[in-house]
Order: sequence, then structure tokens, then C-alpha cells
Amino acid sequence: MTAPVLDITDLVVSLGRDTNAPRIIDGVSVSVYERETLCLVGESGSGKSVTSLTVMGLLQKNALSPRAGSVKLVGEELLTASDRRLRQLRATRMAMIFQEPMTALNPVLPVGRQIDEVLRAHTSLDARSRKKRILDMMEQVRLPQVERIFASYPHRLSGGQRQRIMIAMALVLEPKLLIADEPTTALDVTTQKQILTLIRDLQRDHGTAVLFITHDMGVVAEIADRVAVMRNGRLVETGSLDTILRQPAMEYTRNLLSSVPSLVPRAPRAETTEPVVLEANALGKIYRERSLLGATREIAAADNVTLTLRKGRTLGIVGESGSGKSTVARCIVRLIDPTSGGVRLVGREISHLSRRLLQPHRKRIQIIFQDPYRSLNPRVTVGESIAEGPINYGMPRPQALAKARELLELVDLPPDAISRYPHQFSGGQRQRIAIARALALDPDVLVADEAVSALDVSVQAQVLELLDEIQKRLGVALLFITHDLRVAAQICDDVAVMQHGRIVEQGPAAEVLTHPQQAYTRTLLDAAPGRGWDFANFRPVAATAAE
Amino acid sequence: MAIELLPEPSIPIASPLRPRFGFFTSSPIIAVASLCLLLIIVMAILAPWIAPHDPMQLLPAQRLKPSSEKFLLGTDAYGRDVLSRIIYGGRISLLIGFGATVVSIAFGLLIGLFSGFFRWVDAILMRIMDGVMAIPSILLAIAVVSLSGASVATVLIAITIPEIPRVARLVRSVVLSAREEPYVEAAISVGSGLPKIMWRHLLPNTIAPLIVQGTNFCASAILTEAILSFLGAGISPETPTWGNIMAEGRAFFQVKPSLIFWPGLLLSIAILSVNLIGDAARDALDPRMKQREGGK
Repeated sequence: MTAPVLDITDLVVSLGRDTNAPRIIDGVSVSVYERETLCLVGESGSGKSVTSLTVMGLLQKNALSPRAGSVKLVGEELLTASDRRLRQLRATRMAMIFQEPMTALNPVLPVGRQIDEVLRAHTSLDARSRKKRILDMMEQVRLPQVERIFASYPHRLSGGQRQRIMIAMALVLEPKLLIADEPTTALDVTTQKQILTLIRDLQRDHGTAVLFITHDMGVVAEIADRVAVMRNGRLVETGSLDTILRQPAMEYTRNLLSSVPSLVPRAPRAETTEPVVLEANALGKIYRERSLLGATREIAAADNVTLTLRKGRTLGIVGESGSGKSTVARCIVRLIDPTSGGVRLVGREISHLSRRLLQPHRKRIQIIFQDPYRSLNPRVTVGESIAEGPINYGMPRPQALAKARELLELVDLPPDAISRYPHQFSGGQRQRIAIARALALDPDVLVADEAVSALDVSVQAQVLELLDEIQKRLGVALLFITHDLRVAAQICDDVAVMQHGRIVEQGPAAEVLTHPQQAYTRTLLDAAPGRGWDFANFRPVAATAAE
Repeated sequence: MAIELLPEPSIPIASPLRPRFGFFTSSPIIAVASLCLLLIIVMAILAPWIAPHDPMQLLPAQRLKPSSEKFLLGTDAYGRDVLSRIIYGGRISLLIGFGATVVSIAFGLLIGLFSGFFRWVDAILMRIMDGVMAIPSILLAIAVVSLSGASVATVLIAITIPEIPRVARLVRSVVLSAREEPYVEAAISVGSGLPKIMWRHLLPNTIAPLIVQGTNFCASAILTEAILSFLGAGISPETPTWGNIMAEGRAFFQVKPSLIFWPGLLLSIAILSVNLIGDAARDALDPRMKQREGGK
């Protein structure tokens, strides 16, 4: 076997300069060979990004410092390399692409100029041959109309196009090593699939070694040759893709894999004749944009959306970003006002009620937001946050706080959490608090707007389980908005697929997700990463289920 | 991942609007700053009892005397005792500094909160604020003072008015971004009324930037008063203020630099202390900062 392109041995990175400072990375050894993709997998805080930043020499000076071990790039030690040498190596020998294509590009420079910067810094080519090379590279990353895009500013491009620019910029000097840090996490599944294919094809053509960092087992199954699992700064295990997915040696890897929700819908629950608690009739939301000359542009964020939800059932709305699923949720909860159509909540039309008249109905429908870090006021104690709703509806304070205590127990948090502040809790715990707050008003309908999307898979599995249990105990109806088909398959009774503000397909989850009638639903299902694997059972999906 | 709580911070806070004032002694720098400010305030309050001479008394025979036992910091161009004038001067300077800050923040906060939350009020209020902002502050002060005569109250008003739009804009921008936060939407959906949303979810967000703005303005108000006095549009020159003393001392800078040095030193100490305490208070009011300190 040839020598590895990247060879990390016994790397230790610690916080600060003290000898006994906490270790963020503790004895990690991995190597990546030519034409190989090594996936570094782990949950948030496992140290996977710090590892990649150490390789690039991009660690924050003084805050994080490598203490021991070595990082060799094609035989050259990087930890002791001078800043000058590291600058030379970046782009020429190693390159990196980041998660957020929106912020990784400079918004005030045309993208062509930004790629050109790399060439100007590292080559002595003249302007014409530089441009030729850039256009050639842009074609290789399959951008359309390269001349036009060359001169475009980043805001003119879609997220997928921006990520292609980032890849072009990283690969233009044909580096030996490409580090990709969650490059597709911010993208829609269909775009994600294209980018993954692109990275794999380019790797084949150029023989690049790829260190691919991700938290998504689906992506791992799509792209990895070998997998390294990390947890709390340590390496749990390394092995070929097949070994890790079929016969993981370590308990942690097994748990991680079994937390990945399956794309195969769960066994359908019996149809009920419970009363309908929520109905949306031809709901529409049109945003009007008036330009300077008076011409009005209308954007239909939601158009003719009709949904029905019975007591104790779960209805999923799935779709990619911009499909209008959040708009629908917000219209239903009346955080924004729909422009047409109606919403009936427990038999009562609420879409046209004024703020004041709406007040008594608000408590019947509650919402849980995506970002647990922003959905709780950081300056208000957890107990106060939960008790706020009941107090608004006239419950005396001591009683409301007692209820908050009960609810905290219901969501598996210790009751003494009541007097603490949100920052003292992890993301999953905060989401539990948000659920407790939503339940404090005994709502009939709970709207979960991407409520588990920001959580690690293991935490996500716990929160989904909690929601399921709460539904069984309290009989609350759940409107579950998600972009993740796996999550939808595991929690929803019915599913509505949205695209461009319209519902394209609606029906029982088992039907829609296994025998889609519409082309768009099929595309979504095909693009779901790792759809060929049944992670929880450590084997590929049987042919009948996914197709 | 097991459900485990992060460690409890060492100092729990009773309420975001009522911090424990233990932070005055939380670090040596804050303790020194608090002590300095306290001493200056006490000095200003007790001026009639601790000043060795009458600050207005003219002694033409004793002009520009160096330090002596009788005049600890010497005398100025009219033979007045500099130490007594500095002690008395603190009264007006501090009154104007703190007074202008409190009044401008009170009005600016109210205007900012309303225009940040009610879009229809916003258009009207902000245009008025733009109008006020367009008038140069010194010019406005001269106009106010010449219309109603120079007194502490008019100078205070003249310094305060131009600051109100700045505070209002700051508060408005904070409110505009904070009202989009999911926790505000969550409060709306649990049925919280407007006053509650404003008081509990929006107002606390404005405190940190207001403290920074307020401490800066407090310092600049003291300086503006000095400028106005220097231009002859402020409090009459015989009344001692730190600004007046320095403005007069400027003419004799080469003969007797201490005329500028001592009031300038006190002014700097006062302003520095206010700024340091402001920063510490801002951190203490934010429960998130507590944890970071605890983690060190």
C-alpha cells in the first residue's frame, strides 16, 4: 500500500496552554489514502471539526493548541510547520470546504474573482490562462453558463451553486487532500445528492484524498470508503464502510446506528373516528413586493393548502426549504395572518379573528420551534417560561409553577430544573423544556416546526420517543413539519408533501413514502441519503421497501 | 447521550432586572472603580462641609499662587481657591452627566420600544427623531440657552435632547431584531399580552447596549457641558464646574498647568469608573455571561 496522504497519529489538542487543561482531542489517529474518502462521524462536540481545523492549521491561537502527536501531509509534518509554509500548503496541497456556503464566500466580490485570488496567490500564471483554468474548473463542478456565473456575486447563486464554487475554489490547484466539513448539511436533499455525486466524481478524476466530516449516517453510506467514529474527542473505531455499518465493534457505534430513523414507515396505527381538531381549508399566504415603479410582484408562499388532523393523530408536512411548510405552520398558529382560506380549530374558525378575539383560542394550539437555543428567553428561568402561559390564562402563580414542575417530570427533566436558566441545558434538554412549555396550556394541537432538526440523532430519537409517549398519554394531535423523510416515516400517520407552496401529494405515510404517486415525491425519496441502508438493523434495505 | 444537567453556576441571579450587587466587589478593578466613583460622589455631596474656602471668593491679590498650606492646589487667575472650586465643580458636572443620561435613556427607551413594536407609530416617531438628529447638538444647546437663559436646568435639557434620538434608534434596532426571535413568537403563542412581551422579553435585551451607550454618553455629557461653558453658552463662568475650571485654565496653561491637570484627572477618573462599572453591570445582567466566568 502507498503512503497515506494524510497521517494523523496520537493527536492531542487541549483547551488553553496549561498542561492539565481539558483535552478536546485525545489521542486520535487516522490516515487518509489517495483516491479514498474517509468519513469522520460523530455527534456535536465530538471533536471532528477541531481535528480538521488542526490539519489546516486554522485553530484559534491560544484558545486551542495541539499538545502531542503528529499530523503529516504527504510526509511533511504540519504541527511544527511555520505559518508561511502552511499558507503555501493550503490550496496547493490541502483545501477545505465548509458547511455554510452562504457565509464562506465574500458577498462583495464576484465569485470568479474569489477563485482567481487562489491562483494569483499560488501561481505565476497570466490573467488569461488563469481565467481559462477557472472556467474549466467551473465546468468540472458542472455549473451552467460559466461565463455569466464567473462575473456573478454570491447572492445571485443558489446554495448548491455556491457550494460548487467553494469546491471549484478548493480543487482548482489540484490539492492532494480535500477536507469537507459538513459540506451538504445546509443544503436540500436533492442538492445534497448532486454535490455528493460531484465530490465523488471529482475525486475519481483527480485522485484526491477526501476527509469528509459529517454527522449524517445517510451521507456516510453514500460517500465513504472508510469510516472513523469519534466521541468526546476520542476515536471510537475505524473500519471500512461495510464493516462499520454491518458489524460495528463498539457499543457506541451500535447505538449511533440504531438511533438513525428508518426510511421504512412504521407500522400504521388503526384509523380513528376521533373528532377532527384542526382543519385548514384552501389556506393561502401571498407576500406582495412593491417595487419603486409601482409594479407588484406576488409570491405565493402557500397556496390552496387543505389539511385535516384528528385527535391523537400525527400529520407530517414534508418538503424542501422554501416549499412553504413553515408558512403553513405559522398561518395555522396565527403567528402570521393567512391571506386566503380558513383554519378551523376544534370546530371554530380562527383565521380571521382579531388579536383580542383570538386570545381564548390560542391556548388550544401550541408550537415548538426548530432552534432550541433561541426559542427560550435566555434571561428568564425555565419555570417562569413554562408557567407564563397558564398565568396568562388566569392560573395563580404558585399553581402554575407547580404545574411547570409536573411538566418537567413529564418530559424527563428533574423538577429542580425549574429555577435554572436555559443556558444550563443542552440542546436536547432545551427542546424538552420547549415541549413542556407548549404542553402547559393543555393544547389540543401541537405544531412542531422542524422540532428535532437541530438535534443529534441519538437526542433526536429520544425527543421523538417523548413526543410519541406524550401523544399516547394526552391524546394531543401533532402537526409535524420536517424536511427529513426518515423522521416523517417514523412519527407520522399521514404525510403531506409540499413543493412551491402547494401540496403535491397527501395520504397515509405508509402509502406516500413507499408508493409515491407523484414524480416530486419520488425525487425526494430517491435523494434521501443512505436510502439503501437499514441502519438500525445493520443491513441493506430489502429491495421491496425503498423502491 | 444521557440526560445530565450542566453544573449549577456559583452565583444564581434573582431576576434579570434585579442583579445581586455583589458584583461591585467581584473583581479588584471593579472594586477600585466603585470606590473612586463613590469618593467623587461623596466629595460632591459634602462640598459645603469639606471645601476649605468659598469657591466664588475673589482675592485679586492672590492670583495664580502655587500650592501652599492655605491654598492646597494654589489659586486661579482671579485668586479663587482651585481645590474648593474642583470640589464644588464635581456637583454640577456629575449632576449633568448622570441627569442627562437618565433623562435621555428614559425618553429614548420609551420612544424606541414603541416604534420598534408598532410599525405605524414607527414611521411618525422616527421621522421626528431624524429631524431632531439633523440639528447640530451644540447649536441646539446655544439656541435653548439663549432663549431661556443659562441655568443648570437649561443646560441639562440642551444636552439631553440631541441624545434622545440616538437612544431611541438603538432601542428600536434591538427591539426590531429581538421581536423576530422564536422566544418572542413562543410568548405570543402562549397568549402573553403586549405589556408582558415588552417588559419581559424585549426590554431585557436593550439593557446591555443601553449601558454601553449610557456610560459613554454620561462621559460626553460632562464634556459637552464643559464645551458649552467654554463657548460662553453654558453655566456662567463664576459657577465652578470641571469644564469651566479647565476652560479658564486653558489661557494660563503654560504658567500653571495644574489648573487643567487636576479637574481633568478627576474627570478622567470619574468617566473611567463609570465605564468600567457599566461594563461589569452589563455582564452581570446577562445570565449567559455568568456561566462563562464560572467556566474559567
